[in-house]
Amino acid sequence: MKHLRSISELGAEGLSRILKLTESMAEINTRAVPKVPALRGKTVVSLFFEDSTRTRLSFETAAKRLSAETMNFSVSTSSVNKGESLRDTIETITDMGVDAFVVRHKSVGVPWQISQWTNASIVNAGDGAHQHPTQALVDCFTVREALGKQDLSGLNLTIVGDIKHSRVARSNIHAFSMLGANITLVAPPTLLPLNIEHWPVKVSNDLDAVLASTDVLYMLRLQSERMAQGLVPSLHEYSTRYGLDEKRVAALQSSAVVMHPGPMNRGVEMLIDPSDIPNSLIHRQVTNGVSVRMAVLFDLLSVEELS
Amino acid sequence: MTIVIKGGSVVGANGVEKVDVLVDNDVIVKVGSNLAGDVSLDATGCHVFPGFVDLHAHLREPGREDTETIETASRAGAKGGYTALIAMPNTNPAHDSVTVIEFVREQARKAGLLDVFPSGCITMGRLGEALAPLAELSAAGVRIFTDDGSGVQDPVLMGRAMQYAKTLGVTMAQHCEVSALTQGAVMNECGCSSDMGVPGWPAVAEEMMVQRDIEMSRLTGASVHFLHLSTARSVDLVRAAKSEGLNVTAEVTPHHLSLTQELLKSFDPIYKVNPPLRSMDDIQALKAGLLDGTIDAVATDHAPHARRDKELSLDQAPPGMIGLETALGVVLSAVDLDPVQIAAVMSRNPARIAQITESHGRNIGVGDIANLCVVDLDAMWQVNPAKLASKSKNTPFVGRQLRGIVRSTMYRGQITVQDGEAQK
Repeated sequence: MKHLRSISELGAEGLSRILKLTESMAEINTRAVPKVPALRGKTVVSLFFEDSTRTRLSFETAAKRLSAETMNFSVSTSSVNKGESLRDTIETITDMGVDAFVVRHKSVGVPWQISQWTNASIVNAGDGAHQHPTQALVDCFTVREALGKQDLSGLNLTIVGDIKHSRVARSNIHAFSMLGANITLVAPPTLLPLNIEHWPVKVSNDLDAVLASTDVLYMLRLQSERMAQGLVPSLHEYSTRYGLDEKRVAALQSSAVVMHPGPMNRGVEMLIDPSDIPNSLIHRQVTNGVSVRMAVLFDLLSVEELS
Repeated sequence: MTIVIKGGSVVGANGVEKVDVLVDNDVIVKVGSNLAGDVSLDATGCHVFPGFVDLHAHLREPGREDTETIETASRAGAKGGYTALIAMPNTNPAHDSVTVIEFVREQARKAGLLDVFPSGCITMGRLGEALAPLAELSAAGVRIFTDDGSGVQDPVLMGRAMQYAKTLGVTMAQHCEVSALTQGAVMNECGCSSDMGVPGWPAVAEEMMVQRDIEMSRLTGASVHFLHLSTARSVDLVRAAKSEGLNVTAEVTPHHLSLTQELLKSFDPIYKVNPPLRSMDDIQALKAGLLDGTIDAVATDHAPHARRDKELSLDQAPPGMIGLETALGVVLSAVDLDPVQIAAVMSRNPARIAQITESHGRNIGVGDIANLCVVDLDAMWQVNPAKLASKSKNTPFVGRQLRGIVRSTMYRGQITVQDGEAQK
């Protein structure tokens, strides 16, 4: 694999391969010294044009545990602030000799544009509302780990919230449908994209109606700017109808699990303290984030088998 | 000096006739068989058309001479068979004063490759807030007014502009886009835009303004021209307005006749245009509209952009593509038009809309100003970006097989293009 820019680019075979490789990486991460020399001599650049805590740190941790060199690009202190173009920035960093760019950008498609200007591998760490493939890999791995099975056929995944603006939702819909899950999107009509008849999903505006049949409840963050844009009448109305509270957790099957990609918006979509959710996978998602990103970097950059 | 255009099929008033055309200085002096002149321009196997007229070209001068100048656009136009361009007003400064209008005309005269007719702004600075000096600009010879790049949002202001237009006998050309519905939009609102997670530009944002201005035209009696129609429903609205006898006309671009929204899946801003590329159903409706006369003209919306600007991200990159040198080839590859229809949509109708029929869009008769082009309708060719005369190279048609090539262009009796090469 040369790049990881979207789940559809990865394909079903790539998805299985990365998830399998993640198991080996997870094993490394249980060792007393969780570090292997697999990517010694490789250089990975984090190019984050947008804020991030967990994605950025987990990529950097992943690169270090595989012994890759890491370069850190901070937009606020870079020549981007002097008006340097994206192309010049990419070409300049490429000239220094790098093997992979981990890119996050607010604009859709930037990882594809960048790949014309460098020979390095591109990992999409989020482009606008389009794709966030490593998050979807994390989520698939986490669900398989929690349920103890590889094949997710027949699993009912319910994704709740701002689907329209969510790269996590777009990536997860591809990934979980490849693994056989049934997906239901739950959102107010204004936070659902239009013309999605071709998506492999069912759509509902009523969260309470789908809770009982849900195996995996995936809560998305609602950004407060959606209120300012008039997409929801009020945060109160939204959280009353789509927020996760004690009553809704109680309405879930006892085996159902709850996920959230973070950062959480407490008091909006999360009305219950996550530590009070019996089957929360939220911490496992973060932990597995490092193993998944190790698997991705290894798959992109390694020339040898993992020893 | 006389020039004879020999051996071509002339697309004139009586349809297509195999005759020679003799030009003395800038005037056609004879049309007939076996004519001789000082110089002979071979048109064997080709059609001779009245020089093409583009209702919609962005020449970028003054303001963005790094992307195009009036001279480079004129040369590109000549290579595309054009002898007249209507210059869009979104320069810097904009076409909202006689000074700027005169400057554009003077630069075009210096280039001397075709006639440039500057459009005027409807509102000052194209800001949609206060009317431009419409009567003053009209007195200076401006016949077509538009804020192209933006539609005039305020119906009160547009109504007033149309009241002026009616009394001045000029045309209001509208870029139909209700901008509140297209904030941040980069492409048509469709399944693809939802897949990609980008804000869509809904068809209704165009159709609402088409409908509004049809009603305004009914109210004021002013003549309204709809720029670059892009949706099936817009075509229906214009067709209905015309059948009522309202004073409306419309144009379509070569790219809206040939390219669909799915191309944006590449994330390549070369395909970003405003209005956006739409669906195959829209293309079919636009073609039908062009063939049945609902749409009067093909107009390029030639929009040069610097490479660095088109290398921005999809949301940041400016919309637009160049079109002067590829218009005929793209249109003929997309729509099956006969020579008389080609003359109508590329020359006669746009000349009528622009009110320049004294010297353009003529029937190729004795006494006409010699604005002509010679076209091989069956020749296949491919766009070579290195050979484009336009200063910017933002065309999506590189590598496509196009049908129909301009061999020669004659502007006021001078050969500006011969064997596809610009002569000056």
